[in-house]
Amino acid sequence: MRDLINVTDLTEEEIEELIDIASEMMAAPEDYLDLAKGKILGTLFFEPSTRTRLSFTSAMMSLGGNVLGFSEAASSSSAKGESVADTVRTVSYYCDIIAMRHHKEGAPRVASQSSTVPIINAGDGGHFHPTQTLTDLTTIRLTKGRFTDMTIGLCGDLCFGRTVHSLIEAMKRYDGIKFILISPPELRLPKYMRDDLDRDGIEWREVTDMEEVMPELDILYMTRVQRERFFNEEEYLRLKDTYILDMDKLETAKEDLSILHPLPRVNEISTEVDSDPRAKYFEQVRCGRFIRMALIAKMLGLK
Amino acid sequence: MNIDGVTTGIVLDHIQAGKSMEIYKLLELDQLECSVAIIQNAVSTKYGRKDIIKIDEQIELDFDALGYIDPNITVNLVKDGKLEKKEHLELPQILTNVLTCKNPRCITTEERGVAQRFYLADKEKRAYRCAYCDVEHTEHK
Repeated sequence: MRDLINVTDLTEEEIEELIDIASEMMAAPEDYLDLAKGKILGTLFFEPSTRTRLSFTSAMMSLGGNVLGFSEAASSSSAKGESVADTVRTVSYYCDIIAMRHHKEGAPRVASQSSTVPIINAGDGGHFHPTQTLTDLTTIRLTKGRFTDMTIGLCGDLCFGRTVHSLIEAMKRYDGIKFILISPPELRLPKYMRDDLDRDGIEWREVTDMEEVMPELDILYMTRVQRERFFNEEEYLRLKDTYILDMDKLETAKEDLSILHPLPRVNEISTEVDSDPRAKYFEQVRCGRFIRMALIAKMLGLK
Repeated sequence: MNIDGVTTGIVLDHIQAGKSMEIYKLLELDQLECSVAIIQNAVSTKYGRKDIIKIDEQIELDFDALGYIDPNITVNLVKDGKLEKKEHLELPQILTNVLTCKNPRCITTEERGVAQRFYLADKEKRAYRCAYCDVEHTEHK
């Protein structure tokens, strides 16, 4: 594996292997403290994301490696007008692997063409976010014990929500997966993705009401309506609180439902849900650190 | 219509009637110094009407671009008055610098020096998607 741009760059077997490595690391983190000693991770965050950047940093430090980089475009040379290709080519001489986030879709693909070291896409605009998807997949496997025969509800911003797009891409490869897309009409899944689901013969349907489908769900993936994806503030304000998950709405849900959220949340999951055993979104954060450790170790050829 | 008049050169045959000027521009045939003939609305036994372009020199052709515009075009390479080679086109898997991505969120709208690349996503629908942002191109359909 040279670069990770989209989660579908990985085969199902490679994903399983990464999750196995992550599970081993979770069980005995002390065994891996020196695994990446002497290696450097470059974190190039042209768009700020404290959460993802800290997760990568924590992952690399947990492997005994070092981290360098920037956390916003203003503190990088792109503020001086440097191209992504030039910035990445330069930084690739300072480190062994790069995790990058950029607001433009496809920027990591451009980076991979000029980098001398592996590139991990840490989010490119509304496009892909493969390490979040790996985090989601790890959480799904650890909480459900399988990837097949599930009904997955995706709720909120399905238009700009890249985590949703990547999760659909990854999960549709497994047998017996059915998607229920819960969103207001303005934030429905892009047409090209709906066309893909049809072309691949995947069972899916769209609804606007969360409660009517709640009893069917094995996984409920909540998302935040992201202010930064809107050109129009008014539109954002109108749509941001369309769905709020609370204990009342969970009344008809299955006992073994897993509630996931890529975080940060705003209002879309009421805090009263946090103590319910079905709430898995903070477990997801923990999975995120270990799957990034596994990914870095694998891409550096250390595992 | 036959290939009389071209001793050594290229004849693009079976162009969909009305598409020849688009191809003329795309292949930048106006930049050539040799003679170029465009025949429009010629009678075709196969398609009813067709366009033909005759180029009086064996230039390098962008077969991918041609295949994208019209995969039914036949390319005849003529040398010393004889048909040297006949090529049938097909829809190319990758298009480089033929289409331009219209997605305002795509990196290609901002980054200098990046080739515009599209991949064939659906052969039946002739759908191409940007190799960077995966958004489908919506013209020429």
